[in-house]
Amino acid sequence: MLRFLGLRLIHTVPVIIGITLAAFVLIHAVPGDPIRIMLGGKASQEHIDEVEHQLGIDRPLPEQYVDFVTGIPQGDLGQSIILRRPVSSVVGERLGPTVFLLAYATLIAIVIALPLGILSALRRNRITDHLIRLLTLVAFAMPAFWLGLILIRNLSLKLGAFPVAGYGSGFIDIVHHLTLPALTIGLFLAAMLVRSLRSSLVEVFSAEYIEAARARGLSEARVVGKHALRNSLISTITVLAVNLGWLISSAVVIEKVFDIPGLGQLLVESIYTRDFPTIQALTLVFGLLVIAINLLSDLAYALVDPRVRLT
Amino acid sequence: MATRQEVILASAGRLRRKAVSERRWANAALYVGAGILGLVALVAIFAPLIAPHSPNAQDLAGAFQSPSTDHIMGTDNLGRDIFSRVVYAARVDLQIGFITTYVPLVYGVILGAIAGYFGGWVDAVIMRLVDVVIAFPFLVLVIAILAVVGPGVKGIYIAVLAVAWAMYARLTRAEMLVLREQQFMLAGEALGFSRRRIIFRHAIPNLLRPNLVFSMADFVLNILLVASLSFLGLGVRPPTPEWGAMVAEGQNFLLNAWWITTLPGIVIVVVGIALSLVGDGLADRLGERFRLTVDSGSAPDTAKGEHA
Repeated sequence: MLRFLGLRLIHTVPVIIGITLAAFVLIHAVPGDPIRIMLGGKASQEHIDEVEHQLGIDRPLPEQYVDFVTGIPQGDLGQSIILRRPVSSVVGERLGPTVFLLAYATLIAIVIALPLGILSALRRNRITDHLIRLLTLVAFAMPAFWLGLILIRNLSLKLGAFPVAGYGSGFIDIVHHLTLPALTIGLFLAAMLVRSLRSSLVEVFSAEYIEAARARGLSEARVVGKHALRNSLISTITVLAVNLGWLISSAVVIEKVFDIPGLGQLLVESIYTRDFPTIQALTLVFGLLVIAINLLSDLAYALVDPRVRLT
Repeated sequence: MATRQEVILASAGRLRRKAVSERRWANAALYVGAGILGLVALVAIFAPLIAPHSPNAQDLAGAFQSPSTDHIMGTDNLGRDIFSRVVYAARVDLQIGFITTYVPLVYGVILGAIAGYFGGWVDAVIMRLVDVVIAFPFLVLVIAILAVVGPGVKGIYIAVLAVAWAMYARLTRAEMLVLREQQFMLAGEALGFSRRRIIFRHAIPNLLRPNLVFSMADFVLNILLVASLSFLGLGVRPPTPEWGAMVAEGQNFLLNAWWITTLPGIVIVVVGIALSLVGDGLADRLGERFRLTVDSGSAPDTAKGEHA
């Protein structure tokens, strides 16, 4: 197990270096004079020089890159020019809402997908199955921001059941505020989960040990719950991890729709204000987040299924 | 009591009926999906003939009209005919969606095929690049690139073309690793064909199949991406009609003019479903040929490729 962990970490190193390099090169590839663009056309040359010196971008690129990378483990992500604060403290404030939203959305997706996936596989090629598959197609094709706006109109504006926007304070209040946004993201994720769960359950149901379990007279609930589902969950976890990038992507849009003060909204705001250090830091943070979660899911996989460790 | 043979024949009949019904369903999905797509494509091509009004003609006196016989999807806050704008937007969305899906497919497949065929350092370099690109959430990387090259349609092309190839490269490489060991590939090498000929003439035609199936889901996601970026104000610029931008334009009038936001969104959903249906149908059709075996009732399940 330790050997697997070590190997997996070694494989991650070049990707992490690549991510820092990509985030760095991207922002330094801005054509023209980013500082001048950032400060507006009327900024004096002295002011520009001062800001450039302050940001350290008057120094050679390799030196800047080394600074950037060595700062990361110490939690130094640079200075935001617009907010005039260290980016790391802004990110710290905004991380909570995004993580809460993603976790809540994942929970909703699982609660929806599990029964539908099982039902779809059990009633394969019957009308129930076709209906569920059609539902997943619809959920997959819905733009998240559109669904969010429809939910706002009907559940918030008309019924007043949920707040229109914002984050709230205190656990219950936050849950209340985030239910619609989490549902919006969760439905899309549920569509993907149902599809993968169905196909993996269909495969498991045809395995001989399921036939054996049925032949021994075990109840259908026991066959599905203890024998089939457990073997399908691994692939479901993988689907969740693989789609984390899409989950974050939709969170960026949904945070804007529901005005949630998370990392996604910060990213979009930073584009509007051309706050390049913040964009660079956020690109890096999102990349590292995805890598960390994928690493964790690989470890979970290896813990559940010892065969994985051998390869 | 039925004899053993009768039991087998009966179950064979049942399996065959099931097989026929499954194939019929797959074909239906393919035809319905392709039909809707064809219709939308025709609407896009003949937009000036179909749209009853000019897409950008404003009529402030006639703003916020609900759907009627004259304006079947109503009018927006500037009095523009929403149906006409939806029709013209089909040109924008389908074109961007098509280019951002199939241009990266071309070099993604070529890079993946090269990585899988040669292995060694070529493989290592290409695949580490893929790993880095895939590690970023798609939208985040696209937005970061848009920050550099500037928002707008040109920016979307640059950003997506820089990112979207990675999934195709990864998919193709995995297929190539299997294909490389096939008899006809080894035969090509034994006959002394050039590597270029083996890769482009022998391997790639066989590698296109899974990529085409995947490209349908990718097409849906790219249309959603364009709509999302326009919604965020980073994509297609007003007053050019675009489905996502139209949804955004209606968000301040949700309660009193539901049609401005709702109807363009429904069009996106319908096109997305059509693409998914074509993808599912293709997966069933191009996937491993349906095998009907009497001895094992489970064979049809495993023989059919499920593509999520």
